Amino acid sequence: MIISTVDESILKLKAGDIVYVNGEILTARDKAHARAVEMLKAKQDLPFSFNRSIVYHCGPIISGNRVISAGPTTSERMSPYAPKILENVDLMVMIGKGGMSKEVVNAMKGKAVYLAFTGGAGAFAASKIKKIKGVFWEDLGMAEAVWVFEVENFGPCVVAIDSKGNNLYEQVEREVKARL
Amino acid sequence: MNYKDVVEAVCEIIIRAQTELPLDVVNAIRRAYESEESEIAKRNLEVILENIEIAKKSRLPICQDTGIPFFFVEIGRELSLDFDIKKAIIDAVRKQTPSILRPNAVHPLTRKNSGDNTGIGVPVVNTDVVEGDRLRIAYMPKGAGSENMSQLRMFLPMEADKIKKFVLETVARAMGMPCPPIIIGLGIGGSFDVSAKLAKKALLRSLDSMNEFELEILEAVNSLGIGPMGLGGKTTALAVLSELNHCHTASLPVAVNIQCWANRRAEVIL
Repeated sequence: MIISTVDESILKLKAGDIVYVNGEILTARDKAHARAVEMLKAKQDLPFSFNRSIVYHCGPIISGNRVISAGPTTSERMSPYAPKILENVDLMVMIGKGGMSKEVVNAMKGKAVYLAFTGGAGAFAASKIKKIKGVFWEDLGMAEAVWVFEVENFGPCVVAIDSKGNNLYEQVEREVKARL
Repeated sequence: MNYKDVVEAVCEIIIRAQTELPLDVVNAIRRAYESEESEIAKRNLEVILENIEIAKKSRLPICQDTGIPFFFVEIGRELSLDFDIKKAIIDAVRKQTPSILRPNAVHPLTRKNSGDNTGIGVPVVNTDVVEGDRLRIAYMPKGAGSENMSQLRMFLPMEADKIKKFVLETVARAMGMPCPPIIIGLGIGGSFDVSAKLAKKALLRSLDSMNEFELEILEAVNSLGIGPMGLGGKTTALAVLSELNHCHTASLPVAVNIQCWANRRAEVIL
């Protein structure tokens, strides 16, 4: 299955589905999340919109106008900020690795899905990024800025958390704890 | 050997480590791919193997987290060097940023990025004087996703039987976050600081060099079922590698340094 626009159809995705992404994605990691939440709390407008966007937890390496490596970063670090962002959107897709907290899974209900991209696959991910369409908050540095990428067949991504609260990581964690 | 030779050699091992995963690691990932049965685990390992191929062929960084640079330098005692090796290493790191290395080093409190992967104590350079007349430089970039999941505990002296459990708890706490299948560096003994250093140094060893003690812990780790990327499966770790040090009779420090599947390392002998 291919996701090219963020509309109500993302709510039909089920944990365990494998999908590919086409179109525009925004990168955002620690500092961009912190700044965005600060601005949202102060009721300020962001220079870009998270609503109906695909947010990729990633700090890429950019050389000139080329993305040379851009795998996902650990999403858990974005957990303290994500609920506030989700509060301000109708629909959203997140792509990352490792999963997010219970609070985020709850805040995602009825509006967002979380896709897992293979961690460490930076060169592979870069090969799916066709163009850099823009950049915001470049003052945060290369890894922390918000980059706008045009992607094609970005995946395989596993729907790891769906909009009904089904969470593959939680299922695995329960089994692991029972074996410990 | 002069300053320029060292700078060039270090530049070369930085590129090699960042773009070509050592064969023992690639082979371990291939074996994991063969053994996995779940579709999600297999797909993840397939992407990892394809990524390794793309990075090698296109000379691109395997992972965008090109890490904090760690160097292990062995200086032959018969060598006489009239230049600063550490400065040569710093120069090489600067040269490779940002063409191959993402600027990752920040001040710990202000979080200001130095922009060139250097800073207070960075790159981390460990030096040792050894027999002979050669200079050996090993480079290991260490990413934060896996480093953040590492732990250290000061055990009671007679608690060696609890080490395995400590490793399992550390791995279970990390789940999918350090990019499994992981490699586990285990430092046993020494002191608070020495055990952590040993755990990191252990990661330089070949994955094919595990002893019985390490294989036993590996088997226990893989029975947890965390699997590639924490989405379930048989392969949670590719290896457990340990280093020992004598320690005080009253203590037993144990450090677990977690490494992601991208166990990048390269060395040069001059």
